[in-house]
Amino acid sequence: MDFFDRFTIPPHDDPMLYASIVAIGLVSIAIVLGVTYFKKWGYLWSEWLTTVDHKRIGIMYIISALLMLFRGGADAVMMRLQTAVPDNSFLDAQHYNEVFTTHGVVMIFFMAMAFIIGMMNFVVPLQIGARDVAFPRLNALSFWLYFAGAMLFNISFVVGGSPDAGWTNYYPLAGTEFSEHVGVNYYNWALQISGIGTLMTGINFIATIMKMRAPGMTLMKMPMFTWSALITNLIIVFAFPVLTIALLMGTLDRQFFTNFFTTGDGGMDMMWANLFWIWGHPEVYILILPAFGIYSQIIATFSQRNLYGYKSMVASMVIISLLSFMVWVHHFFTMGQGAVANSIFSITTMAIAVPTGIKIFNWLLTMWKGKIRFTTPMMYSVAFIPLFTIGGVTGVMLAIASADYQYHNTMFLVAHFHNVIIPGVVFAMIAGLIYYWPKMFGFLLNERIGKWAFWNIVIGFCLSFFPMYITGLNGQARRMYTYSEASGFGPLSMVSFFGALLLAIGFVLIVYNVYYSFRYAPRNVGDDPWNARSLEWATHNPVPEYNFAITPNVNSSEAFWDYKKNGHDLFKGEIKDIHMPNNSGWSIIFAGIFFVFAFCFVFHVWVGVIIAFAGIIGCLLYRSFEKDDGHHIHKEEIEETEKKFGGAK
Amino acid sequence: MKELFPLKQVNGYIFSLLLTVVALSVYFFDMSFAMGLTILVVTAFIQAGVQLVVFMHAGESEDKGGIYVHTIYGVVLALLTILGSLLAMIWGYMF
Ligand code: HEM
Ligand SMILES: [Cu+2]
Repeated sequence: MDFFDRFTIPPHDDPMLYASIVAIGLVSIAIVLGVTYFKKWGYLWSEWLTTVDHKRIGIMYIISALLMLFRGGADAVMMRLQTAVPDNSFLDAQHYNEVFTTHGVVMIFFMAMAFIIGMMNFVVPLQIGARDVAFPRLNALSFWLYFAGAMLFNISFVVGGSPDAGWTNYYPLAGTEFSEHVGVNYYNWALQISGIGTLMTGINFIATIMKMRAPGMTLMKMPMFTWSALITNLIIVFAFPVLTIALLMGTLDRQFFTNFFTTGDGGMDMMWANLFWIWGHPEVYILILPAFGIYSQIIATFSQRNLYGYKSMVASMVIISLLSFMVWVHHFFTMGQGAVANSIFSITTMAIAVPTGIKIFNWLLTMWKGKIRFTTPMMYSVAFIPLFTIGGVTGVMLAIASADYQYHNTMFLVAHFHNVIIPGVVFAMIAGLIYYWPKMFGFLLNERIGKWAFWNIVIGFCLSFFPMYITGLNGQARRMYTYSEASGFGPLSMVSFFGALLLAIGFVLIVYNVYYSFRYAPRNVGDDPWNARSLEWATHNPVPEYNFAITPNVNSSEAFWDYKKNGHDLFKGEIKDIHMPNNSGWSIIFAGIFFVFAFCFVFHVWVGVIIAFAGIIGCLLYRSFEKDDGHHIHKEEIEETEKKFGGAK
Repeated sequence: MKELFPLKQVNGYIFSLLLTVVALSVYFFDMSFAMGLTILVVTAFIQAGVQLVVFMHAGESEDKGGIYVHTIYGVVLALLTILGSLLAMIWGYMF
């Protein structure tokens, strides 16, 4: 039985854990039975699991991101419940550690990253008038590797135990000396495989944007979201290799007794923190830039004006991309390096607030004198501006190295980064999802329910996180599972808990809205329900497989607006056969084998590792010799489809 | 015939062999650590440049401007990362 012992969870005797194991089991069985009952396996396999279509891959990313949002959200509510009153015993210390670690990892890697990559997948090829990304098969592989990583991470709490060293996973705490069980192995491998997927996405999208733009679309005529995607992917390509190597070094330390991050034998434990943040700070800009891109699209559309200061927007993003690699030490000002090093990084950190500020003014000036329509996506964008500014200002406070000795690792810091990530990234993704919903599915989400969700989320956010600024300044440390009554943190923590509940209600309302609109929303919304401006709106809703029947001919960053209002001839030429890539099950199989490989590695099951590795090599060889020339969609078929949408465009 | 002969590549090949020999000499000759490392670093960078330009055909396509900009951007970032790490992990403790 020795062999199987390693898969059990360290003793918890926590009824909630068993409840969630049962819940996971039941849900999985229900899904399998449901799909079998409705005879949807074939459809699922041939239309979704094997797809290489960027739109479907985008949608799958977004669905996964929403699932992960709920997983991470449940963690968050549990944490706020535990800290709602002093000396609470809902979660013990160990369990609390596992929950905040899981929450952080799930939210950053599997929710936010998936959401932005999903959005880029869906929107970028449409915005540049392409038929797909540069390497469609690689794109599917990216998704399935991400998915494999996410699943590997999510089984950790039922098989073997979750990581518990924080999402930052600092050594020596994360080393075998202090974290004996497999949790951190899970962390290493789950992030490793999904990180490789992300790196491939980065390369794929740079190639797509550089090489596949429609005729006439010079770099300075790209819609703003595409610009943000280009810069983001550039940062991905430069930042993610650092994470890959750091994770590998951690794995070697934990599983092969090397001494990179140990405290003795010449190891440097703080080297992990250094490498982690060399990746980690660029990562926060990887998250925020696509969000900025989405806001730029939405604000221009609903102010019914072109984006103010296009060039300065682009310039500030380029500057941010460079500066984002020069500030990482602000995450460990208190590590012990002297004033000179801290001052240098303090100044670079403050400098990065300047281009960010420029963008805020550009959005404000876009709205200035615009005819604003307060749709739900626009409401998120308008709420974003003041809330994100508060997050930015507190960021600059944290950037003052000497003052950071006071703020560091308090709830003040926690309030800061949620203040930039929730109104920044999460609002943008929800707004973008609502905005692009008709492009994805051909109907609009209900505005009334959407606004209810919006108010719950905004008020919930403020109630949940603003109190943390105060308790943080009063000295409440982060990641503590409880506090005494005498500390006085009780009342404000209760407010926080209440805010977390409102946030949860808001997200549930969004899901209810999807259900409600799916059943009752009218389907004849046309191709341009928002009176939009950029190229992605020049095709039909929902978008046909080939995107554009005729490759558009672009004259500006707002080609669709010019086509509608200024008589620009967007679609010259006639319908021809279209060449498209073939679907393939290769990606999902490959990622599945990777999953087995990583799982065996986590548990030191070397036989499994070797067999899975052979499988990986086999897949690569197969792909090298595979002949796949894609297929053509014939002219007649396209004309047929276009007729159904009411005439070619 | 002349156009068909890959003179550039052959020269490049000989040159990169030469660089390898120079790098290898560090092992065979007795020299200071600093000297040896300098030789290794310099030859390594030249070697990478040769590979990039001669064998990976940077600069032969229309978008060579973009390729060089990206490359330089990458090198700059790598240097910043290394210098920054030295600053944070070693020099920072000296000042
Ligand atoms: C105006 C720009 C910003 C400045 C000046 C800034 C500054 C800082 C500083 C100095 C810290 C470290 C504080 C400490 O550990 O004591 C920090 C932490 C953090 N920031 Fe920001 N920040 C900015 C924008 C952002 C944005 C846009 C995001 C994400 C979208 C973000 C996400 C984070 C995260 C996740 C952490 C801490 C994570 C952790 O320790 O677990 N920041 N920020
Ligand atoms: Cu940072």
